Amino acid sequence: METINAEIFTLTYGSMVRQLIADLEDISAVNKQLDEMGYNIGIRLIDEFLAKSKTGKCGDFRETVDRVAKVGFRMFLNTTAAVTNWNAEGTECSLILEDNPLTDFVELPEGCQNLVYCNVLCGVIRGALEQVSINTECSFVRDVLRGSDVSELRLKLLSLNKEEYPFKDDD
Amino acid sequence: MPAIYALYVINKSGGLIFNKEFVTIASNSLNDTLRLASIWHSLHAIAVQLAPAPGCTGIELLRADTFDLHCFQTLTGTKFLVVAEPDTPDVEALLRETVYDLYADYVLKNPFYEVEMPIRCELFDQNLFNTIAAVHRRWGLVH
Repeated sequence: METINAEIFTLTYGSMVRQLIADLEDISAVNKQLDEMGYNIGIRLIDEFLAKSKTGKCGDFRETVDRVAKVGFRMFLNTTAAVTNWNAEGTECSLILEDNPLTDFVELPEGCQNLVYCNVLCGVIRGALEQVSINTECSFVRDVLRGSDVSELRLKLLSLNKEEYPFKDDD
Repeated sequence: MPAIYALYVINKSGGLIFNKEFVTIASNSLNDTLRLASIWHSLHAIAVQLAPAPGCTGIELLRADTFDLHCFQTLTGTKFLVVAEPDTPDVEALLRETVYDLYADYVLKNPFYEVEMPIRCELFDQNLFNTIAAVHRRWGLVH
């Protein structure tokens, strides 16, 4: 695969976030926009992931999350995430980002403390999983940029659509 | 002699979003192709429900005396169909690996391509054509 300097990516992302803040003038709108942009990336990225990783169907949600954390993050961000804190039903877990290239040079200024700088990642995961019939909710619960010791993404399974087609006998 | 005749791409909802013939096929109009796409989409779905064993993912191959029709459905629901000469080898792998890769690269990564809409991407066309031409050359078929 062709590679480019990772800093190009990091810096491009940074200037994009800056531009969004300038355009939208409201931090929560920026967070929402980042998530939306991530979603649009995710619904396309999933096919790249499936095609290049030659991955097959996952047995359950745990396996899916594992692949996202180990294969997906490695493929697109050259890092991996640790999967922990499963709830008893196996529908909710945390992804701990060990190293996040997006935040390499970032310090959040005063007035931007509510900015979820990497919110795009939440959108990407949500969008990608939705394309394989897994509806999820994803959000940052801890963020190194906002003083936490690690970055933690909380991923919650909402529903699994077993069928790809809208089969309804009463239709 | 093995040969790849045509490639069709069907979106999640059964619409034909791409069709390309590599070898001229006798009297194959766009209308026929559109019809084939939507019928295939439905049959594929029905087959999953009718299958006696669980875990069926649909029809993968239709064999006729004059052609083979291979179908590969991605986990996201997009179908790639290839019409080939009977007993053409390695079509499965071609779809699963090469064509899907090209689609991910040159269609989905094109920021101006809208998902689920007809594919009009010059780069995809070119790369696809080169790939098929290379395969054909290996079989001694000249375009």
